[in-house]
Formats: sequence, C-alpha cells, structure tokens
Amino acid sequence: MASDKPAVDRRRFLADAARGACGAGFLALLLGWAAAPSRTLAATALRPPGALPESEFLSACVRCGLCVRDCPYDTLRLADLGAAATAGTPYFDARKVPCEMCEDIPCVVACPTGALDKRLKDIDKARMGSAVLVGHETCLNVLGLRCDVCYRVCPLIDKAIRLETRHNERTGRHAHLIPVVNTDACTGCGKCEHACVLEEAAIKVLPAALAKGRIGAHYGLGWEEKARHGDKPFVEGIIDLPDRGYTPPELPRAPGREFRP
Amino acid sequence: MSARRRPGPAAIRAKGWFAAHRWLLARRAAQLGFLALFLGGPLLGVWIVKGTLATSLTLGVLPLSDPFIVLQSLVARHVPETAALLGAAIVLAAYALLRGRLFCAWVCPVNVVTDGAAALRRRLGWRDGVRLDRRLRLVVLAGALLASAVGGSIAWELVNPVTMTHRALVFGSSLTWGLAWSVVAAVFLFDLAVAPRGWCGALCPVGAFYGLIGRWGRVRVGAPRRAACDHCQDCFAVCPEPHVITPSLKNPDSDLILSRDCTACGRCVDVCPQSVFVLGVGRQGPAAGAAPLRQGDLP
Repeated sequence: MASDKPAVDRRRFLADAARGACGAGFLALLLGWAAAPSRTLAATALRPPGALPESEFLSACVRCGLCVRDCPYDTLRLADLGAAATAGTPYFDARKVPCEMCEDIPCVVACPTGALDKRLKDIDKARMGSAVLVGHETCLNVLGLRCDVCYRVCPLIDKAIRLETRHNERTGRHAHLIPVVNTDACTGCGKCEHACVLEEAAIKVLPAALAKGRIGAHYGLGWEEKARHGDKPFVEGIIDLPDRGYTPPELPRAPGREFRP
Repeated sequence: MSARRRPGPAAIRAKGWFAAHRWLLARRAAQLGFLALFLGGPLLGVWIVKGTLATSLTLGVLPLSDPFIVLQSLVARHVPETAALLGAAIVLAAYALLRGRLFCAWVCPVNVVTDGAAALRRRLGWRDGVRLDRRLRLVVLAGALLASAVGGSIAWELVNPVTMTHRALVFGSSLTWGLAWSVVAAVFLFDLAVAPRGWCGALCPVGAFYGLIGRWGRVRVGAPRRAACDHCQDCFAVCPEPHVITPSLKNPDSDLILSRDCTACGRCVDVCPQSVFVLGVGRQGPAAGAAPLRQGDLP
C-alpha cells in the first residue's frame, strides 16, 4: 500500500539512526579504553613550562610540535606511541636534557592552542614538577662526601635548593651537607637531576603532587598555629597540649581474682 | 563474472604513458611537495612550514589547523587560542571553496599507503574482501566526538594514522618511531587483505569530516565526453569511491561528479582510454548542462 510507505521509511530511518548511535557509542568506548592508559603520564616525563594540568592538557594540545620546534636546546620531544607520554604530545626527560629556563619562554609563545598557558611570563614561576632527593642512601653528600653538584647547577640556588648542615655521627667531627629542596620555589627544570654524578640520579624531578606529599587538611602544626594566633593558646582554655606518653588509667581490681602464675 | 581486465594498459595504449599517469604524477608531486615544506626546516634549516598537519605555521605568520582536531578540542571543553581557531577557519574556508576531500587525495600521507594497497590488490587479482558501509566513517566521526566530549581529551588523536604518519615523517626517524610506523602497516594490511579501500572509504573520520565541509567545492571531475564511453569499467576499478562516478555518466541534468565523497584524485581521468573525464575548476553547479568544464587539452 502506498500509504504505508512513509511509515516504513520513517521506521527504517529511525532504525538506521539508532544503529548509527550505537556504533558511535561503541567506538567512543573503544577510544575511551585506548585513552585510559595514556592518561597516566609517567613520572619521568615532564611537560613543558606553563603546561595546563594533565587532564586539561590532553583536551588542549593538538600535538603539532610547534613548541618542540621552537625549543632552542632540543629539550622538548614529541612522544612516540608507547612513550612515556601520550603519543604526539611534548615532554622532556630531565636526565637526558633538562629545561634551560629561557627567559622569553619560546615554547609557550609557540603554542597555538593555549595548552601551554601564555599567562606564564616569568620562567621562575614555571612548575614543571619538583625535585626530590630520592637517593637517601646513595647521594654523596648524604654519605658525608662533598659533591654539591645539584646545588651548584640550580638556576635558583639557595632558593629552590640549599645545603643543610647535620652532624656526621660516623666520623664524629665532620658535617653532612644535605641537599634540601624548597618545593615552593623549585621550577622542576631538572638541571639537578641532569647533573647528578651518580649512575642513577639520587635527585629526581617528579610531578609536584608526588614530590611534595600532603599533610591532611585537619592537621595543624602547633607552633605555626600558635604564632598565627599571636602566641595565644591554640584552643582557648587549654593551657598545654598533651606532651607526655599515654598513661593507662588505674583499673579497680576485682577482689580475690589476682593473677597467679 | 569474467575476469575483469587490469585498468591502465588500455589508456597507455590510447594516450601514451605520460597522459595516462598525469594526475597521479601531479598528486604524488603535491604530496611530496607538502611533505618537503615541512621537512625543509629539520633537514636543511629552511623553515617554510613548521609543525605538523595538526597545526602548522607557514613562514612564521600563517597558521593552519586541522578543523576536526580543533572541533574535538572544543567539544572536550577547551577553547583554543586564536592561532588554532584562525588556522582551522582558514583551512575550512579553503576546502569549502575547493573541495573538502581534496585533502585526502592531494595532501594526506596515508593516501600513498592505501593507494599502494589498492594497486597491489589489483596486481594480485584479489577481488573479494569485506565491503564496509561507507556511512561507517560518519559513525566513527560521531564516536570520536562523543569520546572527546565524555573523556575530555582529543580522542581521535590517540589512533589517527594521518597525523601519526605525518609526525613520524616530520619529527622522527624510521627507527625511533617504530610504533607509529606500525599504525601505517596496520592500515596497509587492512586495506590489502581485509576491506578493499576500507580505511579511507569507510572508516577514516578525518576524510569524512573534510567530505562534510566540501560538498560545494569548485574543483570537480566531469564527464564531458561521456558519449564516447564504451563501458570498459576501468574508471570504476581505480576509483577509491566508485559510487560517485555513475551519476556523471547517467544523470541527464549534469555530467559533473557532485558527490562529496569524490576526492578529485583524477585517477578516472588518467585511466580512461576514451578520455571521457576531465578534472578542473567548474564554475557552475548541478544545473550546469552539457559542457561545464573547459580544458584546452582535451583530445
């Protein structure tokens, strides 16, 4: 019947549309699975200065390589499939070539999409990661020798990294000069990791969240809180914070049930 | 069905080798030329075009961006800076004016791979294979946009053989970028052994996107001498989108290939022993009549 035809056509169209939508959903899921492992940026792969947080970065970076081209020191590289970063995105391995912290930040200027944030004007404010002394058993300075290389090469020497003196218990008369990183000032350029004289670097640049750790938000440091409150007690009415060990309360003994060995 | 003859020899006999490969040579020259523009910088220090097909900067001033990638970035809720947006707009406008899928035949590096697979199939006489629905690529396109929107990342770039090949050519050496090349190999094997013309013809959302924007483009293939057609089918054998040809031979209103799927590769022009087809810049649309394409070198 002729009058049935539009109904059949409409049904056919709706069925085709539904199949298309299902197919698109299937493909989106496949791509989602492909994307899942690539979301985790390896801790050794550092993003260029000014890079947006990783989740935003992957929606912004078109993988054009213009930042890599404009990096004067060949620090930045584009990731191959299966490399430390999502395929086609820019990264650098500080142990191989660190960021030289150009004052004009050419990589950020070159970025056409804003994946590298143009609001970054001062390279000292870049936060590509943060250096951490991971080799507490291998660092020559911790062993009591004088190396100091990581400290000497730091572009923000005495701000991002300093040497802290500790007594050397082993010899009894020398000092350890321990490299200590100030994560608030460290840009994560990786010059320290690059320069570390060990076979495997004892100081490494890691993503800031990994490097720094985080005290719980409920945690107050007594002395800081006290200073903030103008040396008034932390909690009104408490004269002193408990500073002795735990003393178990005296329990009344049940008569006649003393312990006998 | 009787064994179909191999397309090509008849045209070479009729027109000579050069005339039977004119557009193919022009296309390979264009593909190599575009690649050379990108490679001049890293290899010779002559920076004409910087970047990749995803986004490039020509002579330090002209940004060009892949509009499909920028669209995925937008649906992933990132608003790119002016350079990328402007670049995408310029590319969109250029292909809308010319013909969207011109990219596929004249610029895309994967075209060489899938053309190679098709040529090898013809030589080996492999005719069967999975015939994928050509609308699948629109489904893939929708899926890529959906994955970008939900996952908040540029989803198709995880697997896109087009940009991956181009990056491997421009940024890597063949040895260090082994995995990128494996994607090229996969596309070649897929087209060769699984689905003939399957990648570009049925799956690639990059080509599908360019097809969507380029329906009204002025670069067209037409069949002004269709009266001379002797139904040898050589054009159908070489065409990557054979369904686009029939209307130009049969449609009483127009002898132009109007389908947005046509990549204007000119293989039909080359391979036709009767010189039925021409490739050129048509001035008129569907109501153009008998001879809308004028080209001085028609025999």
